[in-house]
Amino acid sequence: MRTSRFAENPAVATPLPDILEERIPRSGLLGMIQRNISVTIGLAGIAIIIFIGICAPWLGTVDPLSINPAMRTRPPSAEHFFGTDALGRDLWSRVLYGTRVSLTVGFSVAALATGIGVLLGVMAGYIRAAEGLIMRAMDAVMSIPSILLAIALVALIRPSVSNVIFAITVAEVPRVARLVRSVVISLRELAWVEAGIVSGSNSTKIILRHILPNAAAPIIVQATYICASAMIIEATLSFIGAGTPASIPSWGNIMAEGRSLWQVKPLIVLIPAAFLSATVLAVNVVGDGLRDALDSRLVKDI
Amino acid sequence: MTATPLLSVRNLAKHYVHGHGFFGLGKRTVKAVQDVSFDIARGETLSLVGESGCGKSTVGKAIAGLHPATHGEILLNGKPITSPEYKAGQLWHRKVQVVFQDPYSSLDPRMRVRDIIAEPLKNFGLAKDRQDLNAQIARLIDLVRLPRDSADRYPHEFSGGQRQRIGIARALAPNPELIICDEAVSALDVSVKAQIVNLLADLRNELGLALLFISHDLAIVDHITDRVAVMYLGRIVEIGSRNEIFDNPKHPYTRALLSAVPMVDPAARRERIILKGELPSPFNPPSGCTFRTRCPLAQDLCAHDIPRLTPVGGNQQAACHLLPMAPATIA
Repeated sequence: MRTSRFAENPAVATPLPDILEERIPRSGLLGMIQRNISVTIGLAGIAIIIFIGICAPWLGTVDPLSINPAMRTRPPSAEHFFGTDALGRDLWSRVLYGTRVSLTVGFSVAALATGIGVLLGVMAGYIRAAEGLIMRAMDAVMSIPSILLAIALVALIRPSVSNVIFAITVAEVPRVARLVRSVVISLRELAWVEAGIVSGSNSTKIILRHILPNAAAPIIVQATYICASAMIIEATLSFIGAGTPASIPSWGNIMAEGRSLWQVKPLIVLIPAAFLSATVLAVNVVGDGLRDALDSRLVKDI
Repeated sequence: MTATPLLSVRNLAKHYVHGHGFFGLGKRTVKAVQDVSFDIARGETLSLVGESGCGKSTVGKAIAGLHPATHGEILLNGKPITSPEYKAGQLWHRKVQVVFQDPYSSLDPRMRVRDIIAEPLKNFGLAKDRQDLNAQIARLIDLVRLPRDSADRYPHEFSGGQRQRIGIARALAPNPELIICDEAVSALDVSVKAQIVNLLADLRNELGLALLFISHDLAIVDHITDRVAVMYLGRIVEIGSRNEIFDNPKHPYTRALLSAVPMVDPAARRERIILKGELPSPFNPPSGCTFRTRCPLAQDLCAHDIPRLTPVGGNQQAACHLLPMAPATIA
């Protein structure tokens, strides 16, 4: 081959070393979490709440529904750690059992809304024909405040925990769908997706192997925020009497029933409120920590 | 030439519709590529050169099967890209591979080098079993002169030049007949650029590959290519062998382009032809010859007819109204 007229190029590429230098072991998600103190605290908080929820029957509780008119609105004592409510029910038991409702609603909504939202978002982001229809439908749902939408849906169907989960999921799905669609659109244009197509991957493989793994970080972070927001919406719905049936002790229900005694017995409202705040805070702290730990351009955009 | 060329591009055009008009109103069409035709023989290297936005990458993507062409035909071994034979099992992608421009965005950051190279091998069913797959991956890593232990690493552990080698290994994996190098070395440092170009040249000679080398860097093109096609605003304005184009450019645009190549030796300054103005908007290209707005020789005739590629000696063809008349007056 003739040499170039313009510049002298080295004749042969300089050989690279056979072995690259020793690499630092990849620490993975676990390592990132360990290095982030707020995530550790948040995860510990969630672990305690989950423990309370699961072990509620063995933590010195009695039947949260048993009424004792002789023991109404008692202050905290050795027998009733948090005192009793207006019907003489043990507040400690009711709050601990209420944990189950909040956790069930929070995690179910996070899982369902993320699952459905990812499906819709990927379809909207990847199939141009579906984009207009799906996103306008999502816009329509989002134009109604999520609390109002949930109230309307629960009013339409019989109040129960599963219906509350359904109502909040409907309200939260559009947020996930929007996020996923935007992430998918930005990833779809990247050269490695084109490289995947050239490498013979069909659309399903492109989505499963190239797009979703790279979109996972913002989706996970969004899921934690939805979990926290679902717990608050559930409590709000219960508080205004449009959520979990009054027979089920949920934090919102306890607060709603304690509302009339707020000025004389504030603890009946304050204790479940404190549990709710602590749980939501723990979930949000984990979400923030994950966002920092999974440090990527896309996650920062949320 | 009676033998079927490996790749034939016939009257390729690619139009993009721009903007979401209200029920189709206000939509504008960009004719990114118009009436592009060329052949690439087996084992031959054709370079597509031109400034940014001239449509050279669009041609590459159409040939790679990433964007369907609006008009025209793309044939490999005489059969069009749309034929069922190529659609089945995505055989076209197996035969026509791409090395992308940006070594950073062209490798999935969540896949190991092993999986990146294995992707085409698995998709095209080219590995008999796990052992065979590993052997092929090891062979490809050796072929692009990467360290042996690269397979289990992630792309972020490599430098730009090494990443481009991974991209080349992936492109080589399915044993393609044609590799499209879409600005494959533009994003690299000068020294690394030379290494990668030399690697591509070595591999081409070793494996008998045909290359479509898309670049704006004429020094690199001169180093690697057999033939050159010069594009301006979506059309090929001149095509010919390397020596013809570099030693005896006919089209005024090619002359201006070549005069803009920086020279290492300050004593060897050439006369520079400096083009006036900007590249015209592809939404509203000039009538007649698209180059006339910047051409130092433009005449009334140029505004009326679109010049066609006409032979100007040897294998060289140029699209300029003025060429057959006064080739000597241009310089």
